Amino acid sequence: MASLLEVDGLYAGYGPTEVIHDLSLRIEEGTITTLLGANGAGKTTTLRALCKMIRTRGSIRFEGEAIDQLATEDIVRRGVAHVPDGRGTFGSLTTEENLRLGGYTRRDRRAAAADQERMYDYFPRLRERRQQQAGTMSGGEQQMLAIARALMLRPRLLLMDEPSFGLAPLIVREIFSIMKTINENDRVTILLVEQNAAMALKLASQAYLIETGRLVLAGEAAAFSNDEAVRRSYLGY
Amino acid sequence: MTSTQSPDASGAKLPWLRISVIVAVACALPFFLSNYHVFQASMVLSTAIALVGLNILTGYSGQISLGHGAFLAIGAYTTAILMDKFDVPYWATIPVAGLVCLIAGFLFGLPALKLEGHYLALATFALAVALPQLLKFRYLEPWTGGVQGIVIMKPDPPMASFLGLTLNSDRWLYFVALLVTAIMYLVAWNLLRGRIGRALIAIRDQPTAAALMGIDTSLYKSLAFGVSALFTGVAGSLSAILVAFVAPDSFTVFLSITLMVGMVVGGLTSLPGALYGATFVQFVPNLADQISKAAPWAIYGALLIILMVVLPTGISGGLNLLWSKVARKSGASI
Amino acid sequence: METFIHQVVAGIATGGVYASLALALVMIYQSTHHINFAQGEIAMFATYLAWTLINAGVPYWVAFFGTILLAFALGVLIQRIIIRPVEKAPVLNVVVVFIGLLVILNSLAGWIFTYTIKSFPSPFPKEPPFGLSFISSHELGSIGVTLVLLVMLYSFFRFTPLGLAMRAAAQNPDSSRLVGIRVGWMLALGWGLAAVLGSIAGMMIAPIVFLEPNMMSGVLLYAFAAALVGGIDSPGGAVLGGFLVGILENLLGAYVIGTELKLSVALVLIVTVLTIRPAGLFGKVIVTRV
Repeated sequence: MASLLEVDGLYAGYGPTEVIHDLSLRIEEGTITTLLGANGAGKTTTLRALCKMIRTRGSIRFEGEAIDQLATEDIVRRGVAHVPDGRGTFGSLTTEENLRLGGYTRRDRRAAAADQERMYDYFPRLRERRQQQAGTMSGGEQQMLAIARALMLRPRLLLMDEPSFGLAPLIVREIFSIMKTINENDRVTILLVEQNAAMALKLASQAYLIETGRLVLAGEAAAFSNDEAVRRSYLGY
Repeated sequence: MTSTQSPDASGAKLPWLRISVIVAVACALPFFLSNYHVFQASMVLSTAIALVGLNILTGYSGQISLGHGAFLAIGAYTTAILMDKFDVPYWATIPVAGLVCLIAGFLFGLPALKLEGHYLALATFALAVALPQLLKFRYLEPWTGGVQGIVIMKPDPPMASFLGLTLNSDRWLYFVALLVTAIMYLVAWNLLRGRIGRALIAIRDQPTAAALMGIDTSLYKSLAFGVSALFTGVAGSLSAILVAFVAPDSFTVFLSITLMVGMVVGGLTSLPGALYGATFVQFVPNLADQISKAAPWAIYGALLIILMVVLPTGISGGLNLLWSKVARKSGASI
Repeated sequence: METFIHQVVAGIATGGVYASLALALVMIYQSTHHINFAQGEIAMFATYLAWTLINAGVPYWVAFFGTILLAFALGVLIQRIIIRPVEKAPVLNVVVVFIGLLVILNSLAGWIFTYTIKSFPSPFPKEPPFGLSFISSHELGSIGVTLVLLVMLYSFFRFTPLGLAMRAAAQNPDSSRLVGIRVGWMLALGWGLAAVLGSIAGMMIAPIVFLEPNMMSGVLLYAFAAALVGGIDSPGGAVLGGFLVGILENLLGAYVIGTELKLSVALVLIVTVLTIRPAGLFGKVIVTRV
């Protein structure tokens, strides 16, 4: 049976420089996979490559179909949502408008409106700030908004780029618990890029480790956590 | 587009053989052409000087001007007023026009310092559009001659013949233009190949880095404006003498656009390019006019767009490309 | 006193035209950070299309809406074919392409329609409305059309999903792609709408300045001034700027400098705003990060 996401021999980069070399991944449906690595290892670049936000070479297949020649917006329309690093919220639009934009491509308007309410149920804080300009909200709230907006797409695959970045531990825990919920309740497959390896490995079932643009380790998350050598040399704890 | 093409003459020596041949041909030319064609050749030279000026500003120092027709006007009117009201001999008005424009350009360059890219283009565009109206202004009429402009006397050659060859007004003025062009080209070449040229390019491509390296960007940019205006003013002065007439409606925004077309077609940061561009804008209207009054402009417009997409470095860039391909094919070492 | 009121009212009427054109400029600037030097010529060309329809016997308002559709198509085509190839090019290249567009449209108009000045009809009656002395029917009608247009446009952007998507695409193209918005087509739509704004401005002012290929150059200059005064990235500012500039033009023209130096006034306004307060009244002051 084909995996939800199959990546083979992926090279990607900015301008003439290639940053990712010969990357291969398999993401199975319904799982949470985490992509770990140090700063500058190429984790964010990998996610950007999967959405064709940058130049790539190599094969990317989603649900059995090749997506490596498509434009970003077409990949998104196929069911891949990306929560970028820096949140990517529309700062001068309201929370509500941000969510409506998330549902822009949904054909069933009523279902989209119902989903909006569901997002407010997941993130009550956003309901309080419906009419507030997104750019004036705190980092944690904007992260929640970014996730909610991505979920409005009813994605099959959710790419998350360092959701814990710059957030207080309490908020991070909240966000991670929500990720677990949507994975279990809504059957959303998640590819999580994280610097906070400890929390990521607790949430994920599979893990990949990237170093200077190359894959150096792949396997079960539990194996990563249990292997002291791996933890000490690569994950810093 | 321009950052990868280095100026033709940076650090290099003048190709004396090539230049001697060109000068010899240029000197012989007027004796084989009709008077009207000699006049056209003189206009090409004058336009080439203006294009060198525009190139210094836009190609080298990266400041976009859509209003250089204004400096043509200042140069032209300076010459006309000096000749008409003060009986100054024509050849003396040329350096004066240059000086006036140098100051005017420097002064205009000061507020322009704050304006980048689009905004400078916008300000100069506004200047170009408002110019004819300004020149027709009632209170300036005693000087500018208002709508009718000023008619000046076409100068006679100082001698009727030289070494057995007849000299008439057109031929004489052609040699005057040739001399002025040669002088201005020398000045430009000298200016741009040294420290000043490199400073301008640094400012154009990486202004912050240039400033950090100790280059006084404001001074250089204003100077570039002044020098560019000087060249264009000299060109304007020369063209006034050649045409023997100045009037406000000669200096519309389309004149500034013509200069830009010449610069783009000839090739930015290219001194020979100025000659190619000047030849182009002189003769295309002549040929295209026969189709329709609007045809030359349709061609200009289409070319501007197509060149930007296909060949941003203009004719000189295209020739360089061709030349390097030929050199490679014939096995010559680069 | 009556002349004063008339000057103000006439200023509001032409101000509406400037506001429409300034809004078109701001729309394109907001989404692309480019200044559309050819906006005036697009408007002029659309007005000639209207003239052609009217001359062929089409009733005014049918021609009006037909022109709007044609202008929209023209704007979209120009963006897709001419502007898109140079979207990421250096500033100089982009400016050159815009000037090229200006020149092509201007010369095409001259070629197809000749340079003879033509008159353009006003759909509004010649007699002043309700017997009022300080406003003509055309001025009142022009203000009315402008207001309807602005309200419709505002509602479109504020309340419709497509309008929201266009606003998003202008603000943050990357994030817009991540929600599936086809940013390229949003830009084309923006150009289409800008062309529509221009065409309406052209049709409202043509009865006054008469139809000829260079008719919009002065109007464009004023629209630039208006957009800069209001703030080049503020639509509301552009509209307000348009009305302000219109009134200013008329009052200065009537009481201070006469009609001779109108363009120079626009020039002075433009240079002053650019050097003293480039963000205009309502625009954002941009801090460039090194």
